[in-house]
Amino acid sequence: MQNHATRVRSGTPFWRDVRFQRVFAQVVFIILLLLFFGYLIQNMIATLQRQGLALGFSFLHQTSGFDIGEYLIPYDRSSTYLRAFQIGLLNTALVSGLGILLATILGIIFGVARLSQNFLVQYLARLYIEFLRNIPLLVLLILWYTGVFLKFPRINQAITLPGPIMLTNRGIAVPWGIPTETYPSYLVILGIGLALALLAAAGLTWHGRRTGRTPLVWGWATAIFLLVAAAGWFMLPSPALSLDPPQVQGLRIAGGKQLSPEFMALLSGLAIYTSAFIADVVRAGIQSVAKGQVEAAKAIGLNGFQILRLVVFPQALRVIIPPLTSHYLNLTKNSSLAVAIGYPDLFSVSGTILNQSGRAVEVIALVMLIYLSISLLTSLFMNWYNRRIRFVER
Amino acid sequence: MRKLFATMTMLVVFSLVLAACGGGAVPTAEKVIQTVVVTAPAGTPQVQVQVQVAQAPGFGETLAAVQARGTLICGVNGQLPGFSFLDPSGAYAGFDVDFCRALAAAIFGDDTKVEYRNLTTQERLPALQTGEIDVLIRNTTWTLTRDTDNGLNFTGTTFYDGQGIMVPADSGITTLNDLEGGTVCVQKGTTTELNLADAMALNNVTYTPAVYEDVNQTYGAYAEGRCDAVTSDKSQLSSAAKAVLPDPENHVILDVTLSKEPLSPVVRHGDDQWFDIVKWTVYAVIAAEEYGVDSANVDDQRANAVNPEIRRLLGVEGDMGPKLGLSNDWAYNVIKLVGNYEEIYNRNLGPGTPTFIPRGLNSLYTDGGALYSPPFR
Repeated sequence: MQNHATRVRSGTPFWRDVRFQRVFAQVVFIILLLLFFGYLIQNMIATLQRQGLALGFSFLHQTSGFDIGEYLIPYDRSSTYLRAFQIGLLNTALVSGLGILLATILGIIFGVARLSQNFLVQYLARLYIEFLRNIPLLVLLILWYTGVFLKFPRINQAITLPGPIMLTNRGIAVPWGIPTETYPSYLVILGIGLALALLAAAGLTWHGRRTGRTPLVWGWATAIFLLVAAAGWFMLPSPALSLDPPQVQGLRIAGGKQLSPEFMALLSGLAIYTSAFIADVVRAGIQSVAKGQVEAAKAIGLNGFQILRLVVFPQALRVIIPPLTSHYLNLTKNSSLAVAIGYPDLFSVSGTILNQSGRAVEVIALVMLIYLSISLLTSLFMNWYNRRIRFVER
Repeated sequence: MRKLFATMTMLVVFSLVLAACGGGAVPTAEKVIQTVVVTAPAGTPQVQVQVQVAQAPGFGETLAAVQARGTLICGVNGQLPGFSFLDPSGAYAGFDVDFCRALAAAIFGDDTKVEYRNLTTQERLPALQTGEIDVLIRNTTWTLTRDTDNGLNFTGTTFYDGQGIMVPADSGITTLNDLEGGTVCVQKGTTTELNLADAMALNNVTYTPAVYEDVNQTYGAYAEGRCDAVTSDKSQLSSAAKAVLPDPENHVILDVTLSKEPLSPVVRHGDDQWFDIVKWTVYAVIAAEEYGVDSANVDDQRANAVNPEIRRLLGVEGDMGPKLGLSNDWAYNVIKLVGNYEEIYNRNLGPGTPTFIPRGLNSLYTDGGALYSPPFR
């Protein structure tokens, strides 16, 4: 550095100064990049104008005119395109959220099983992981859809399992609760239970810090919550939910909660496929914990479960979280394969919107922006969690 | 923090780009003077007349591009037996395909100079708008929105269709109201999807749509019993039922027509010459049937016909071809190589084919149908 300074002072022209060169190269690169994208956008606008097409998002307020098979918020053919977008987004969020949850649970189970001392368990886990990691997701989805869920009997020959749970190729129907007039008071009781559970968790953590013996904090908290929930259910004058069993009525199943074959196929496909990758991440994380740690934990008399809970997992998480984030993102983005089996997710619905409105550029830009936002939000959350884990653990 | 900043910057830039796209100015419609060289037909004294016509920008560019390329790029369905499908020898065949061939014959005098692009319902309009294909002949329904807002021109109906509903014969369903609570399979991004929603809302029938990406998926799911009914244009129902379903005889098309579906070739806005070429190629095959000109007798007609209308159609008299920017024997080539409307229809959808559809509305106006060609004059 000293050297440069003297040279600059001794009259070297500024364009040979390495600091100038570094900045200059970056500026040139950025200008070229902007020109490139500017050209592409200019070209697109010019082409669209030549065809008399103007860009704009006002079409979103027009009536959509088509129906969608599954929706979480009210929708019919007189709703707007914007509403249709929201339906698609919610369907994507539902399947991705549940998919991430299931994939994580399955992934941890198979990841741990993969390291089991039991030969059969270990071998089966390995088979599961290797098989799923090496076939394309699309194939798996179509297999689940046409090979499993569409092969259930037709609606007039529905399989009825005790419950009653009905299996048909129109979907799977399970009994579901209908809120009664006492439902709002029950929600209050659940809130109280949640507050008590959090309070207990905080108290137990504080106690653990003080005495050095951390009890099963979340185990106790869950137990308290369930206890309050159960007590509240029986304390109310009438049950908060009335049971609504599914039954065949004409061409459809009436009552209960119905899960369409498309939804089930997509959820199973995504969860199982991603779980194989998560299992490998979990295995790698566990194996990254030094052997000495486990031996030391054994030496001070911890049992197997305690070793896993108190020594191995907290350290493994540090390694697990970053790749886990990318698998969560993959699962969310892969949910757009729903289009292959007809589940109305964001991508599928926007395909219909694109075709009915003819606004290809706007719709695709919107879809990209939405997926980008979902992914960035997921990553922000996971990065926050990652930092927290790292902070607690050293 | 830095990462967050970078992310936000990206989002901001992206939204700026989108905003910038929103406020584009419309170009002023400048007139270009196009010089059209008119060649007199063979056998008459060769006088070159130059006609100057004021034309909008874009006039003639498609034909020039097609001629420079040496092939016509035609967007087709590719999955619909009878309309466009691969025949056992691996070549494209069908009603729509024959119109692609007719267009190539009109331009090049050679009906094989066509490159086919299979397009899904979703891809078809953008493919045409962006210029990936020259013309879209893919059982596409003519609607006001498509004709205006989407920047397209429909050239003239080649097939009058209507939307129908197919159900298993043993289902006991005979009217729309019998479908109460049922599920209907439908293909994504079609007018069919909209008509179904309209018809069901009109009759107060609640139903669930099961929406699929392509023909095979739609009929596959229907065959599995995922849906109580499947809806599409009647032409598609009858041809798909025979080609895709394992037991076509066990399915019936309900006696309900949900909509008018005039199927027409489509071109982009902005090139009126190309619009005219496609439009008049369609009319040429219709006129040929009306005048009794077919591929077998076209040579004889060209040599001996006295009817001036036929003589103008075949390029013996007048200069109809050059007015379109084509050679004067354009229609002769179309009829010679591809045939008239009746030949095209019977070859693909006629009584002898597995995809037989009664001609109905698709007969000449003289036989009670709706086919009517403006005069060749």
